[in-house]
Amino acid sequence: MDLFIAIFTGTIIAATPLIYAALGELVVENSGVLNLGIEGMMLMGAAFAFWAVIAGLPMPVAILCGALAGVVASLLFGVLALTFLTNQYAAGLALAIFGSGVSAFLGRGFGSAPIDALKRIRIPGLSDIPVVGPMFFRFDPMVYLALLLFGLITWFLYRTKAGLILRTTGESPETAHAIGYPVIRIRYLSVMFGGLMAGLAGAYLSVAYTPLWVENMTAGKGWIALALVVFATWRPLRVLLGAWLFGGMTILQLQGQALGLAVPSELLSALPYIATIVVLVVISRNRQILALHFPASLARPFRPAS
Amino acid sequence: MRVAAPIIATVLTLIVGSILFAVLGYDPLATLSAFFLAPLNSINGLSELLLKASPLILIACGLAVGFRANVWNIGAEGQLVIGAIAACGVGLFYPDPESRLLLPFMMLAGALAGMAWAAIPAFLRTRMSTNEILVTLMLTYIATLFLSWLVHGPWRDPAGFNYPQTALLPATAMFEPFDYSYRLNGSVFITVVAVFAMWLFTDRSFLGYKMSVSGAAPLAARYAGFAESSAVWIGLLAGGAAAGIAGMAELSGPLGQLSPQISPGYGFAAIIVAFIGRLNAFGIVLGGLLMSLLFLGGESVQMTLGLSASLTRIFQGILLFLLLAADFFIFYRLRRIPEHA
Repeated sequence: MDLFIAIFTGTIIAATPLIYAALGELVVENSGVLNLGIEGMMLMGAAFAFWAVIAGLPMPVAILCGALAGVVASLLFGVLALTFLTNQYAAGLALAIFGSGVSAFLGRGFGSAPIDALKRIRIPGLSDIPVVGPMFFRFDPMVYLALLLFGLITWFLYRTKAGLILRTTGESPETAHAIGYPVIRIRYLSVMFGGLMAGLAGAYLSVAYTPLWVENMTAGKGWIALALVVFATWRPLRVLLGAWLFGGMTILQLQGQALGLAVPSELLSALPYIATIVVLVVISRNRQILALHFPASLARPFRPAS
Repeated sequence: MRVAAPIIATVLTLIVGSILFAVLGYDPLATLSAFFLAPLNSINGLSELLLKASPLILIACGLAVGFRANVWNIGAEGQLVIGAIAACGVGLFYPDPESRLLLPFMMLAGALAGMAWAAIPAFLRTRMSTNEILVTLMLTYIATLFLSWLVHGPWRDPAGFNYPQTALLPATAMFEPFDYSYRLNGSVFITVVAVFAMWLFTDRSFLGYKMSVSGAAPLAARYAGFAESSAVWIGLLAGGAAAGIAGMAELSGPLGQLSPQISPGYGFAAIIVAFIGRLNAFGIVLGGLLMSLLFLGGESVQMTLGLSASLTRIFQGILLFLLLAADFFIFYRLRRIPEHA
């Protein structure tokens, strides 16, 4: 039972950075923009949040620093992709490389000492219920914030007018523009939101998940988040399920290494990457499903004809 | 005008770089000269410049063939690793280590392995319509882990004091340096041939033309009967072969053995080289030299000023950002729109 609880809670925690990053990218892609630079934004978020903790700032401020670093990074991409109408693939790649450089540069001064991780909450009464308590009521606040944001994003995209406008911008920017909506401004806002979420994802990694500075600590999680959005066919609930699936895989892999399975640890470490490919293949084999849910103007620059 | 953007971007990168150095509290001129001039101050520096430019140019040539057809292979780093692994396998286990055929066989193995690694995304894209960006990237992580397993496990040198590295390759498996004081070796000629081959293919062959059309105007290409799937295959295989050979040349050149980390990110930097070079063979040569200088500059400021070599990646990112921005001002003409027009 203890092992089950450990795997369950581990899965939820490992999935949290993916939930932040992938939900952010989901909103960005629903507005018709493809930002490949999540990995770079996450790394900047991780580095700035970690820096803030070392500088002695309180934890919530540190996490905010990470989120803001993500927003600033996303604006670098936004200016190129939205104002300068560049190829979005290239602009996103540039951001990924730039972000990894900036985080490595900052991280050189961080040393190798661990920091005090984000505290887990304890709700008197609830947290002490056997089994249920440790399974649901002993996480750190960012785990609950991720779920809250999931609910808000789902509600926003499918239950509000603003969400409908955002999705229209992604399906047909020409239509949105003709009706009189500011397509570029909407896309800027969604790109910044994506940056905020990626920054939070990075901050979670460095101040909660592994409160220890390791260069390139995201290890491809930003790219896996991109794959999750495709896997989820651009819908929030499936992002959540996909993130838990990948979180579970990460934890099983760690448990496998801890149990000393007769499998090379590198093979276990490769599992999430292999799974990403498999999942992408399975979902993209069915072109109809993708065509149905794919934001039709994804990655296509839009210039309002004025 | 197309050549103006890379030049503008390079100059702007220098300006942004000096501002960055000033903000960090270093004398901008001294730092810039340590970054961009000091590495070129000696014969050894020039040898290193060409040594690092060679894989960058080689890989960028292969990648550009794909990029022209809108095939986004961003996993050249993994193809390089797999190429080096295959070449090392041949070098270590070929029955006759004295054979003069060893080096050619290793090169063949590197090319084939790189192509095989790139064939996975090609197959998945053409048959399963799976996005090649994510697949090539995931395969890079897998290749790196595979390399780590090999050098920690089955291929670890038993006489290597437990270091995670293979045995040194025999002399016949190595490119001979032009001069034993410097590291530059004959593998640069592979790059020269690759540049010429790429120019022939993109500018002088019908197949290359068809691929450019399918990149620039997919609908026109389909109407003309150019198959998209063959563009995908050729684009990915060209990149895989080039990266695989580059991995082999690194192994048989400066490295001499495998260890967990064999490339400082040539596969990723080559993407930028291809863009800076405008996907054109001779532009790529210049772009590769510039990018090589960025790598050397990073090492130089690390040694002389104690700055982090990760500055290289920051400069790479800035350069690509500015190149993309410069394109905008060259391809579009700005004009003022009268108020309330």
